[in-house]
Amino acid sequence: MSTEERTITQVVEASIKRRYAREKRFRLYGLIAILASLSFLAMLITTITYRGLPAFTQTFIKLDVTLDQQTLGVNDQPDIAELRKANYSGTIKNSLLTLFPDVKKRNDKKALYKLVSKGGQYELQRLVIEDPELVGDTISVWLPVGDDVNSYLKGSIDASLPEKKRRFKDNQIEWLKTLESNDQIAQRFNKTFFERGDSREPEMAGIKGALFGSVLTLMVTLILSFPIAVAAAVYLEEFAPKNRWTDLIEVNINNLAAVPSIVFGLLGLAVFINFFHLPRSAPVVGGLVLSLMTLPTIIISSRAALKSVPPSIRDAALGLGASRLQVVFHHVLPLAMPGILTGTIIGMAQALGETAPLLMIGMVAFIVDVPTAVTDPATVLPVQIFQWADLPEKGFVEKTSAAIMVLLGFLVMMNALAVYLRKKFERKW
Amino acid sequence: MLNMRISVYAALAGIVFTAAANAQSARDQISIVGSSTVYPFATVVAERFGQVTGFKTPKIESTGSGGGMKLFCNGLGVSHPDITNSSRRMKASEYENCQNNGVTEIIEVLIGYDGIALANAVDADLFEISLKDLYLALAKDVPNPDGSETFIENPYTTWAQVNADLPDAKIEVLGPPPTSGTRDAFAELAMEGGCNSFDWVKALGKSDKSLHKASCHTIREDGLYVEAGENDNLIVQKLEANPNALGIFGFSFLDQNSDIVQASYINDVEPTFESIADGSYPVSRPLYFYVKKAHVEVIPGIAEYLEEFTSEGAWGDEGYLADKGMIPLNEDIRQQTAADVAALKNMDALKSE
Repeated sequence: MSTEERTITQVVEASIKRRYAREKRFRLYGLIAILASLSFLAMLITTITYRGLPAFTQTFIKLDVTLDQQTLGVNDQPDIAELRKANYSGTIKNSLLTLFPDVKKRNDKKALYKLVSKGGQYELQRLVIEDPELVGDTISVWLPVGDDVNSYLKGSIDASLPEKKRRFKDNQIEWLKTLESNDQIAQRFNKTFFERGDSREPEMAGIKGALFGSVLTLMVTLILSFPIAVAAAVYLEEFAPKNRWTDLIEVNINNLAAVPSIVFGLLGLAVFINFFHLPRSAPVVGGLVLSLMTLPTIIISSRAALKSVPPSIRDAALGLGASRLQVVFHHVLPLAMPGILTGTIIGMAQALGETAPLLMIGMVAFIVDVPTAVTDPATVLPVQIFQWADLPEKGFVEKTSAAIMVLLGFLVMMNALAVYLRKKFERKW
Repeated sequence: MLNMRISVYAALAGIVFTAAANAQSARDQISIVGSSTVYPFATVVAERFGQVTGFKTPKIESTGSGGGMKLFCNGLGVSHPDITNSSRRMKASEYENCQNNGVTEIIEVLIGYDGIALANAVDADLFEISLKDLYLALAKDVPNPDGSETFIENPYTTWAQVNADLPDAKIEVLGPPPTSGTRDAFAELAMEGGCNSFDWVKALGKSDKSLHKASCHTIREDGLYVEAGENDNLIVQKLEANPNALGIFGFSFLDQNSDIVQASYINDVEPTFESIADGSYPVSRPLYFYVKKAHVEVIPGIAEYLEEFTSEGAWGDEGYLADKGMIPLNEDIRQQTAADVAALKNMDALKSE
C-alpha cells in the first residue's frame, strides 16, 4: 500500500514542475503574440506617420505680382466671367522673370516657372474675384511652390544624383537658394489640405471633399440601418415565434453578413440606379448600399445584446403588469442599448473603410467640389486614398499617407465613442 | 413616442428619395467615365475648366476603357454619362451597341498619345532590346527555334538564351494584369510587333486570325512575367528594390520617376517625349474621348469643356497636358481635330469586318 501511495505523491511531485512550466510557456506564447501584433501595429503607424507628416506642411514662395490689365487681358470694368478667365499665370511668370532677369532661354524659363505651383494662379484668381479693385496693383502674396520644389525641400529628390536623372535641376536649386537667402521661402502648416477637395496638383489637393463625402454617406447609412436593424432584432428576439420560418430568416441574416461587399454594390447598381434612377456617385446611394451591408452586422449584435438581458428583468416587469411592448421598450431595450450601440459603431466603422461596393455605383471618381448634400457627387476617404496612391506625381505619396492618417483618426474617434457609450450605459447585475 | 419616431424616420427616408430623384432629373454637371490611362489627363482639364468657367467641375469616374464604353452606350439621358475616355479606339461592336441604344451621334476626339515604357532601376545596367526578343522572352508560346513553322511552349528562362547579346540574367518582368488597358496595349503593340517579325507568323495573321492573336497576345504564365497589379507606382517601387527586374508601365510614371528608373531602349529608340510624338518609339497608343452629341445642348458646359480640352494651352506642345506626360498630336492633326470638334462633327460609322 505504502509503496503505491508514495508513487502517487511522487508522480504529482514530478509533474507539478512540468505543469508550472507548461503554464509559464503558455503565458509566454500569449505575451509573444501580443508583442508581435503590437510591433506590427507600431511599424504600420510609424511608416504612415513618417511618410504622411510632411503633407501637413507646405512650402510657400513670396512674390510681388503686378496684376496689370495688359497681362491679365481684361478691360477696364471686367465682369466676373472675365476675371475668372484672366491670365493669372502670366502675371506670376512676369514676376518670376523680374526676380531672375538673366533667365532667357526657353527651357530655363520653363524650369523657372515650375517653382510656383499651377494652383498659384487660382489663388490669385480668388483674391482678385474677392476684390476686383486689385487689378492694376502690385500685391505681395505667398503662393504654394510646385510639386518638385516641395519634394526637393522635403528630401524625396536626391540632390547627389547626376543632374540628368533628377527632376529638380541644378539651376532650379540655385534659384531656390537665392530665394531662400532673400527670405522669400517659408514652410507653413498646410491649411489647403483640410480646406479643399481633390485636385490634380498635389500641393492643391485636399481631403475635405472625401471627408464630407464619408460623413454624408455614413449619415445615410446610420439613419437607414440603425432603426431597421434594431426593429428586426427586437422582433426576432422578443416577439417572433420559434419556428422553421424564423430559423430560415436567422440563417439568411448570418449568411448575408458574410457576403462579399462587391455583391451589394452590384445590387445597388441594379436596384437604386438602374431601377429607381437615383443619381450615380451620390452619398445617398452609397449610404443605401452600405446600410444593406451593415444591416446584418447590427442585427446580429443587437440580438446578442437583447439575449444577454436576464429573463428575470422581463419576468419582474410582466409580473407587475407591464405589457410585452412596455417590457421591451421600458426595460429590455435600454439595458441592451450599450451592446446595440457598440455593434452599430463597429458596423459603421466597417462601412467607413469600404471601397468595393462604391466602385459599382460611381463613387470612385474625381470630384473637386466639396459635397454639401446627399445628392451631390462625392467620394469617400478610402477611395480618395486609393486614387491618390495611383497617381504619378511624387507629392501624392505623402498625401496618400496623410489621408490614411485622417481615416485612422476618424476610426479611432468612432471606436472611442463606442467605448464611451458602453461605459456610460453599462449596467451590472 | 415610438410611433412618432417611426414616422420621423419614414419622412426622412422619403425626403432623401425624392430629393435624389429630383437631382437626377436636372443634372448641371458633366459626367465623364472611362479609361484609367486618360483619367490623369482628363482630370487636369476638368479641374481647370471648373476654375476658369462658372460651370461645376465635371465628375470623372475611372472605370477602364471597356467599362466606360458600356456605360456610355447604355443610352441617352441625364442618368447616362456624357463623355467616355478611352485608351483605344471604339470597337465596332461597341459602336453597334451605342447605335442600338439610341446613341447615334457620337463625336470622336483623338487627344494625344501615351507611351508604354520598359524600364529598370537606375543603378542597374541600361537594357536594350528589340521587339522580337521582347516577344520571345515574354510570350507563352514561341515559334520553334528549329525553324519548323510551329509553336512550342516558351523554353527561355534567361535573356541570353533569347539572344546571346542580351545579359545572362534571369528573365523577370513586372507588369500589369490582364484587366489593365496598359496590358492590352502592350500585347497589341509590343508583343504583336515582335511576333510579326517572323514572316510565317505574320502570314498566319491572314490565314488563321485567332491562332495568330492567341500566340501573339498571350503572355507567359510560368512566373517569369509577374503580374504586379494595376498600380504603376507599385511597379516603380518594386524595380527600385529589385535591380534585376524590368517593369512595364505608362510613360508619365517614367517621366515623374526619372531618378528611380531608367527606360530601356526598344529597337534602339529611347522613349522620350519626341520619339513617342514622331512615332519612332514603337510602343505608344492613341488616347481618345467620345461625346454624345445629343447631350451637348442639354448638359451645360459640354461645348466649353470641349473647347478647353482642344485649346493649345491644354493639348498643345507647351500645354499643361504635356507637362503631365501626355504626348501631343502634331499640329496639323490638332487643328483639324479642334475644327471638327467645334463643328460637332459625327464620327464615321464603324463596321465589324
